[in-house]
Amino acid sequence: MTIETPLIGHSAAEVVDESLSGVRVGVVTFPGTLDDRDALRAVRIAGGTGVQLWHGDHDLKDVDAVIIPGGFSYGDYLRAGAISRFAPLMEQITAAASGGSLPVLGICNGFQVLTEAHLLPGSMVKNNHLHFLCKDQRLLVENSSTAWTSSYGEGSEIVVPLKNQDGQFVADERTLDELEGEGRVVFRYVGGNPNGSRRDIAGITNEHGNVVGLMPHPEHAVEPGFGPDSSAFGEVEVRGGVDGLGIFTSVLQKLVNK
Amino acid sequence: MPRIVVDVMPKPEILDPQGKAIAGALPRLGFTGFAEVRQGKRFELTVEGDVTEEVLDHARNAAATLLSNPVIEDVTRVAVIEDAQ
Repeated sequence: MTIETPLIGHSAAEVVDESLSGVRVGVVTFPGTLDDRDALRAVRIAGGTGVQLWHGDHDLKDVDAVIIPGGFSYGDYLRAGAISRFAPLMEQITAAASGGSLPVLGICNGFQVLTEAHLLPGSMVKNNHLHFLCKDQRLLVENSSTAWTSSYGEGSEIVVPLKNQDGQFVADERTLDELEGEGRVVFRYVGGNPNGSRRDIAGITNEHGNVVGLMPHPEHAVEPGFGPDSSAFGEVEVRGGVDGLGIFTSVLQKLVNK
Repeated sequence: MPRIVVDVMPKPEILDPQGKAIAGALPRLGFTGFAEVRQGKRFELTVEGDVTEEVLDHARNAAATLLSNPVIEDVTRVAVIEDAQ
């Protein structure tokens, strides 16, 4: 008798909802992107269809939503996200997203790309302690009406990994007041500010709620066995945290019900 | 060949973590008397041919769009330098 051992990275997770498989979510790869595979996998585990997109193409391949994943696109040369912002595919994404139609999620380096592309306000500078930081981070979901957070209850907390060096969100006071006043702070750090971000802001959205950027990584908390050791929803097994999955099911459900 | 120099500095109201770290290291090495350090960037654009007003305009536009991010940085100089030979 042969016993099949699951391969590392073999998806053991149950697909959440079969009806979501028709939704196509594109994940953009730039030179130096690291987490594109993880984002594609998160889309698949949430029940959708992941579509690989290349930064140099002019074709969005009829995707219904786009994720700009984490990594160090163009080695973070010049400024994080500064060169990627001018990639041919970014023109298409900016045009489709700025009017409020195409849902776009920027994670970590993707958030930096979205600020450089002026799809989101503010910018990221080096962490105030100057170190690369990698930890499981608790976040408050302050806005659950965006395309990417509707699966969470307002005021829910989640635990997902945070890993970056240029993670300090900055903006001028007027912009910060505007973000707060319009309910556009989507995620806030809980349990201490890990990087000096203004007003503990971890993620924000645009005026339409279709574009969301955050520094922590929900795509690394979607599959039992590969997630954080803790969850904001209760006790979990070692590496059993899947609090990030709701980000991906949110957008899939929104697109199916539209 | 002539070069255009572009200097970019973090905005005064933005905390400059790198400058702060350098400011902390200076006195440890005995370099005292400095109240603050801010770290910026210098770009050198080598020009093919002469520096015309059009070329300078391109440099200014590049400085404002690609070389700096106006949310966190100011372009403090766009100037022509000749090679000292």
